[in-house]
Amino acid sequence: MVVFEKPHALCDVPLHYCPGCTHGIVHRLVAQAIDELGIEGDAIGVAPVGCAVMAYDYFSCDMVEAAHGRAPAVATGIKRALPDNIVFTYQGDGDLASIGMAETVHAATRNENITIIFINNAIYGMTGGQMAPTSLPGQVTQTSPYGRDVATAGFPIKVSELLAALDGPAYIQRVAVNNVKNVKQAQKAIKKAFENQIQGKGFSLIEVVSSCPTNWGMTPQQALDWVEEKMIPYYPLGVYKDKTSEEGEK
Amino acid sequence: MTSKILIAGFGGQGILFAGKVLAYKGLVEGKQLSWLPSYGPEMRGGTANCNVIISDEPVGSPIVDDPNVLIVMNLPSLDKYEKAAEKGAKIFVDSTLISRKVEREDVDVYYIPATKMAQDAGIPTLANMIILGKVIKETGVVSFEGMEDALKKVVSARKANLIDVNLKAIKAGYDFE
Amino acid sequence: MSEKVLMKGNEAIAEAAIRAGCRHYFGYPITPQTELAAYMAKRMPKIGGCFLQAESEIAAINMVYGVASTGLRVMTSSSSPGVSLKQEGISYIAGADLPALIVNVQRGGPGLGGIQPSQSDYFQATKGGGHGDYHLIVLAPSSVQEMADLTAKCFELADKYRMPTMLLADGTMGQMMEPVLLPEESGVTVEKPWALTGTKMQREHNIVNSLYLKPEELEKTNFDRYEKYSIIEKNEVMYEEYMMEDAEVCVVAFGIAARVSKNAVVEARKQGIKAGLLRPITLWPFPSEAVKKAAEHCKAFVSVELSMGQMIEDIKLASECKCPVELCNRAGGMIPSPEQVLASIKNVAGGNE
Repeated sequence: MVVFEKPHALCDVPLHYCPGCTHGIVHRLVAQAIDELGIEGDAIGVAPVGCAVMAYDYFSCDMVEAAHGRAPAVATGIKRALPDNIVFTYQGDGDLASIGMAETVHAATRNENITIIFINNAIYGMTGGQMAPTSLPGQVTQTSPYGRDVATAGFPIKVSELLAALDGPAYIQRVAVNNVKNVKQAQKAIKKAFENQIQGKGFSLIEVVSSCPTNWGMTPQQALDWVEEKMIPYYPLGVYKDKTSEEGEK
Repeated sequence: MTSKILIAGFGGQGILFAGKVLAYKGLVEGKQLSWLPSYGPEMRGGTANCNVIISDEPVGSPIVDDPNVLIVMNLPSLDKYEKAAEKGAKIFVDSTLISRKVEREDVDVYYIPATKMAQDAGIPTLANMIILGKVIKETGVVSFEGMEDALKKVVSARKANLIDVNLKAIKAGYDFE
Repeated sequence: MSEKVLMKGNEAIAEAAIRAGCRHYFGYPITPQTELAAYMAKRMPKIGGCFLQAESEIAAINMVYGVASTGLRVMTSSSSPGVSLKQEGISYIAGADLPALIVNVQRGGPGLGGIQPSQSDYFQATKGGGHGDYHLIVLAPSSVQEMADLTAKCFELADKYRMPTMLLADGTMGQMMEPVLLPEESGVTVEKPWALTGTKMQREHNIVNSLYLKPEELEKTNFDRYEKYSIIEKNEVMYEEYMMEDAEVCVVAFGIAARVSKNAVVEARKQGIKAGLLRPITLWPFPSEAVKKAAEHCKAFVSVELSMGQMIEDIKLASECKCPVELCNRAGGMIPSPEQVLASIKNVAGGNE
C-alpha cells in the first residue's frame, strides 16, 4: 500500500535544501497543486535568485531562471506571450521584497494573471544569513550583528498587507508551514492561487512564512517554534485580499 | 540640384509642419529627401527648426549647416542663421514679426508679411503655409501643381477638412508679389 | 510593388519589427526614442500584439527575457541611460542563449547626459556591455531605410544564432524622416525546440538558464558560445565602401557620422584628394578584414565619431597599426560638420602645406 507518493510535477532528484528547511514542504505543495489541477503540461515556472535558485531542476514543468528580483517581470513576459499556459514564480524575501519590489508591486497592480509563491523566512539564506527586508526588529543576522535596529535599518516589510492595499491584485494570502494544520491551510491556498489563474482571475500571491534553521542558528524544531512565537505574531496569517468571488472572469 | 532648406521660428508656428509639407511634396515628385527636426524641451514656446534637403541625388548628411533656402519666422532665427546661409541663398522673412532687414548683400531676400496676411484672411495659424507658397514660387524646389496630393499625406484623415484651407494659404503666398 | 512612405526612423523600426513578426514590445519612456513606443502602443492592440509600458527599463528587459524564452519574437527600445539599466537583463539573455532585439537610439552621456544624438555607447554595445563574456550582434543603420531593413535583419540573425542583437542608432536617425520602402511581412520559420511552451506531458522539461555552478561546465558554455561568435565573424560582416578602390585616405564612420563623412569625401575628391569611405554596418562583428585591406593601400585612416573615440580602437586593432588613425569627433550631442571631416582628411593626406 502506498501511503506517500512524490507528486509527478516534482522531479526525482535530491533537493539541496538544508535539513529542517521548509522550502521542501512548499515545493511539494506547489507540485501537488499542479498535479491535482492537471496543469503540468501547461505550466511554466520562474525560479528566483536565492535558495530556490535551482528550483528549475526540481519542477518537471518547463522552467526559466530569472535574474535577482525580476521573476514577476519575466513571468509577465511569458504570460503575455502564452496566455493559455500557467505561469508561476517561486521567490524568496530578498528577491521579491527587496531588489525586486518594483517588479512585484507592478505585476500586482497590473493584476497580471500569474501565481506567485513567496517564501518569507526573514533572512538571506543562499548568501549565508544576511538581513532581509522581512527580518524582524532586533533579529541578529550577519549584517545586523547587534540585532536589526529599526532606527537605521528600517522596519520589516509586510508584503501581504502592502500588496493588499492595491486595487489591482486578485488574491493575497499569508500562510505558514510550521505545523500540520498550517501546512494543510497552505496547501489549500497554493491550490487556490493556481485555480485563480486557470479561471483568469488575475494576480495571486501566497506568502509562506518559513524557517531557516541554518542561518537562524537553531535546530529545526527551535526554528518551527520561532516561527510560531516570533514570526506569526509579526506576520499574522490570513486572507488579505480576495477579489475572486466578487468579480467575473477577467 | 540640391535644396538645403532651413526653416526656423517659434514652437507653435508650424515650423516642422511646413517642412513636412515640403518633404511630402518631394516624395510625391519622386525626389531624394530628408527631414530632420530639432527636438527636445525647447520645442514648446522656444525656438523650433527643421532641416529639409530635397535633391535629385541621394542625400548625404541630413544636417543643414549652410542653407541655400532659409525661412525665418522670428527675429532670433534671423539673428542666428543669417550668417550661416550660403552665398546666393534665398532668404524668406516673415516681415510681420521681423522688423529688421537682412544685412547681407550676397543673398536674395524675400519679405512676406505672412503673419498679417494670415490674420487678415482669418487663418491666423497658417502663416507658415503662406510663406511656404512664396518659397515654392521663388525656388522651384517643388512645384505648386499637385500640392493637394502632398497635403493629403501630411494632414491626418481626421482633419481632412483642413486641406483646402492649407492649399488656399499656400496659393496666397505663391501669388504674393 | 508597394510605394515609398515618409517615416521617422523610430517609426520605421517599429513598423519593420511588426512586419518581421514581432508581436511583443516592452519599454519605458525616454527621449529620443519615444515615437517607437508610441507607434507600438497604437499598433499592437490592433493586431493582437502586446505593448506594455513597464515599470522600469529593468523590468522591460526582463519581460523581453520572458517572451524570448517562449521562442516568440520580442523587442525593447530605449536610449543610452535606459540601455545601461538593461545591461543586467541583456547579459542574462546572452547567457541563456535567447534571441531578442534591443534598440538603442543613443544620446549624449555619461550620466543623465543630454538628449541630442551621440555614438558614445559604442563600447557598451560592441564589447558586451553587461557582465561576463558575450557579444551582441550590433547593426548600425545610417538611413531610415536601413532603420527598417536592419530591424528585420536583427530579428533574423537573433533567431539564426540564438542570441540578442542590437540596433544601434542615434537621436538623429530616430528623429529624421526619409522615404522608406517597408519590408514585406515575414513569417518566423526557425524551429525552436528549446523554447518554453509547456511540456504537454510529451517531452522532458525545457530549462532556460544561465547558472552553472560547476566552473568546467560554465567554461564550456563560454567556449561553445565563442565558437558560434567566430562563425558569425566569418559570415555576417556587413559594410559599405564608397570610392575606396583607389583611396589614399580611408574615412571610417557609421550611422549619422557616415552621412556627414560622405559629404566630406565627395568634397575631398572635388579638391583632388583621394579619399574614400568605409562604413561598418555591423559594428560587431567589426569589418576588420575590410579595414586591414584598406590599410594596405591607404596612407591614413580618419575615424569619425560622435564620441571621444571608441571605434578608433577597433580600427587600430584591425589595421595592425600599419598607418596612422586620426580621430575626428564631436561629443555630448554635437555632430561633426563635413568641413571638420574634410579638414581631418586634408590633415592626414598631407595636403595642407
